[in-house]
Amino acid sequence: MGSIKGIRDKVAIIGMGCTKFGEHWDKNKNDLIFEATKEALEDAKIETKDIEAAWAGTWVSGFDGRCLADPLKLQYIPVTRVENACASGSDAFRNACYAVASGAYDICLAVGFEKLKDSGWAGLPDQQSLPSNRYPDRTAPGMFALMATVYFSKYGLSPEEGKRTIGMVSVKSHHNGTLNPKAHLKREVTIEQVMNAPIVAWPLGLFDCCGVSDGAAAAIVVPADMAKNFRADPIYVKALQISVCPSEGELRSDYDFTQVKATVRAGEAAYAEAGIKNPREEISMAELHDCFSITEAVTCEDLRFSPRGKVKEDIESGFFELTGGLPVQPDGGLKSFGHPIGASGLRMLYEMYLQLQGRADKRQLKDPKLGLTHNLGGIPISNTVSVLIIGL
Amino acid sequence: MAGIASYGAYIPLYRLNRPDIQKAWDSMLPIPGEKAVASHDEDSITMAVAAARDCMTGIDLQRIDRLYFASTTSPYKEKQAASVVAGALGLSKETLTMDFAGSLRAGTNALRAAVDAVQSGSAEGVLVTCAETRLGAPNGDKEMSFGDGAAAVLVANSGVAVDIVGSVSVFQEFHDMWRSDKDTFVRFWEERFVREAGYIRVVPPTVAVALQKYNLTTGDIAKAAIYAPDPRLLGMAAGKMGFEPMAQIQDPLYMTVGNTGSALSLMMLVAALEDAKAGDNLLCVGYGDGCDVFVMKVTEDIERIKDRRGIKRHLASKRMIPNYLKYVQWRGLMETQPPPRPPLNHISVPALWRDMDWGLSLHGVKCKSCGTPQYPPQRVCVICQAQDNFEPYNFADKKATLTTFSHDNLAASIDPPTTIAAVDFEEGGRIIFNMVDRDPQEVKTGMSVEVSFRKVHFFEGIHNYWWKCTPLRC
Repeated sequence: MGSIKGIRDKVAIIGMGCTKFGEHWDKNKNDLIFEATKEALEDAKIETKDIEAAWAGTWVSGFDGRCLADPLKLQYIPVTRVENACASGSDAFRNACYAVASGAYDICLAVGFEKLKDSGWAGLPDQQSLPSNRYPDRTAPGMFALMATVYFSKYGLSPEEGKRTIGMVSVKSHHNGTLNPKAHLKREVTIEQVMNAPIVAWPLGLFDCCGVSDGAAAAIVVPADMAKNFRADPIYVKALQISVCPSEGELRSDYDFTQVKATVRAGEAAYAEAGIKNPREEISMAELHDCFSITEAVTCEDLRFSPRGKVKEDIESGFFELTGGLPVQPDGGLKSFGHPIGASGLRMLYEMYLQLQGRADKRQLKDPKLGLTHNLGGIPISNTVSVLIIGL
Repeated sequence: MAGIASYGAYIPLYRLNRPDIQKAWDSMLPIPGEKAVASHDEDSITMAVAAARDCMTGIDLQRIDRLYFASTTSPYKEKQAASVVAGALGLSKETLTMDFAGSLRAGTNALRAAVDAVQSGSAEGVLVTCAETRLGAPNGDKEMSFGDGAAAVLVANSGVAVDIVGSVSVFQEFHDMWRSDKDTFVRFWEERFVREAGYIRVVPPTVAVALQKYNLTTGDIAKAAIYAPDPRLLGMAAGKMGFEPMAQIQDPLYMTVGNTGSALSLMMLVAALEDAKAGDNLLCVGYGDGCDVFVMKVTEDIERIKDRRGIKRHLASKRMIPNYLKYVQWRGLMETQPPPRPPLNHISVPALWRDMDWGLSLHGVKCKSCGTPQYPPQRVCVICQAQDNFEPYNFADKKATLTTFSHDNLAASIDPPTTIAAVDFEEGGRIIFNMVDRDPQEVKTGMSVEVSFRKVHFFEGIHNYWWKCTPLRC
């Protein structure tokens, strides 16, 4: 293993952009890419021609480097598409950061985007990994429901208590979304509405599941020692970690569904890289992958925000609210934005970035120092996880 | 002498009340009882596999050198079904596989061919499987009276529990029931003609010839398993043959399963064997464009194979499907609104073939370094990362429990919810399956489950099979 210091303070973000997320019937993916990038360029006060290399993060909405070069008219620079399930956007950002940290380039662009609503489907298609089609029928909510039922049983929560606990996660995120003009859903929900919503896969009801939407977000990065040439308040990259599970939960009977090892590992590596000893105290705010309410709850334990088996206490005490000790999903999360897969990682960074610069308007937290983003691509038994930390 | 070394059967879990069909159509057809309905993921191949697994309980699969599949409802008109059954059982590739198709006598024809092969020394163990999912036209009496089911018998020259003393056959080119290659539903001529010109002129005389040939009288027969399309005709024929219907005629399963076509004779035979005693003389009669009559004698070894699920245990284990429309939907008799989910993937035939060993037979591997079973086969062990150090491992016969599950309402299904089951095997290894044949309310973590061979996709004319799990059936 290399130096624990890794990427810490070697790269800075000098501009970011993010479209409104939602059902963009009138926009295609090129519109989304263009709008997110335009905002990032204006924020960085640079022009397209200043970009030296670019990375695209998308699950199914683009395939090779042309997916960015075409709409942005990037002039013969290197452009690479990366895909790492729900961590695609974060991975595109990671690649752009390593590119400037290596000294190979000075200004790099990362764009995450996804156009899902053209399909007309309810939910996401299951990624079919076996061309012989010999696998069980299942959806993401079906697989995350397994995590919920075992968690409730293991930690002594009755079905009602368990469902209520995770339901409160969604209530909190919906509230935060009402404060965010870029969110898709801007409505409060009550815990009763969450509890009584139609069941998708018990205990996950309609409000426990993030929606399908379209969106894009972009980031421009430079070497840290050049950052102040561009702006007075650059935001520094502290950790870039990805951990990929070798699908152990599919094959091993000892995976018990109540934690995600890749999140634990990526989290530990990120904390080591960023020099964080006590994440609960030192992380100011976090955007976690709340594809489902249970995912957010378990992730808080996997990342050591809450002690193992005890996240219920923190949820109930309001620890994760905007007014709490460690706000989670200050922008409303996947819950309010939906999950255009390639875009989400960069949308999370966008909120952390705005908060650190004091530009988060009605959602602004007091003096945040370090923001963490987390993506979980896949399902509890098989996944790829990113944990990124940025700060002052 | 060739004989039956083992038997097995399969009746689908689901049953439909015949009065529910009558009510749906507001019809006058007074056919009582229940019909057995193969689930949406079952067909003649999957049922043949289930019957074969029942038959081969505790018996070395190496005893099989031939596998016959008999049915008028093979899922394919051109592609062997017996090879799918043999693959699902994990038989060696030297097994001679044969399909017997297209006739109500397919089951007994296959039995005759098996006996001849073993008798002549060409084969040592022939597993005969026979399964049916015949369709009668909607709003008709055949739809009411038909049922789904399967049977399997192992014909061998050693370890024989029932001697097959001999058989007599006649053919009769006749259209009582038929289905051309363009028809979905079975066609038939009027009952009186079928009865008087067909069945009555063929079955009783052939039975008489057989009895005489093997020096038996009607009174010597403990049980006669005789195919007939309906109970009235069976009763009439039994009377003509001089049998005591209650004592000597094996229950034809009309009230509890239905007419299972070419599988009926063998299913009745299995039922007879479940109650048979050493020394019993049995008859097994198949009918369809002629007649096959077998004379059998039960030996003491019959007690050795009475632990099969067979007919009795499958009969007793049942769930009613709620209404006729469910049957219509499962059989694809009506086009229905598709769910807003992505269409099926193009099936890759090379991938199907390459994955056949583990996909059809649920064979995984066991790591020789750390002893962990895993499925599907891996090149690198999931526990100890040893590379290419595995031996084959059969998951299909291992005890298993349900570690966790969810009922997924979003997954596209002909019969929602889709139950996702994380199954852990007692001797190691985990496989994620769909669970079927269950009441969602009754699924509990920790329950014992078993695996079941099912049809998972049908696309571009390819029936794709894999495994699911069910609560312990019976």
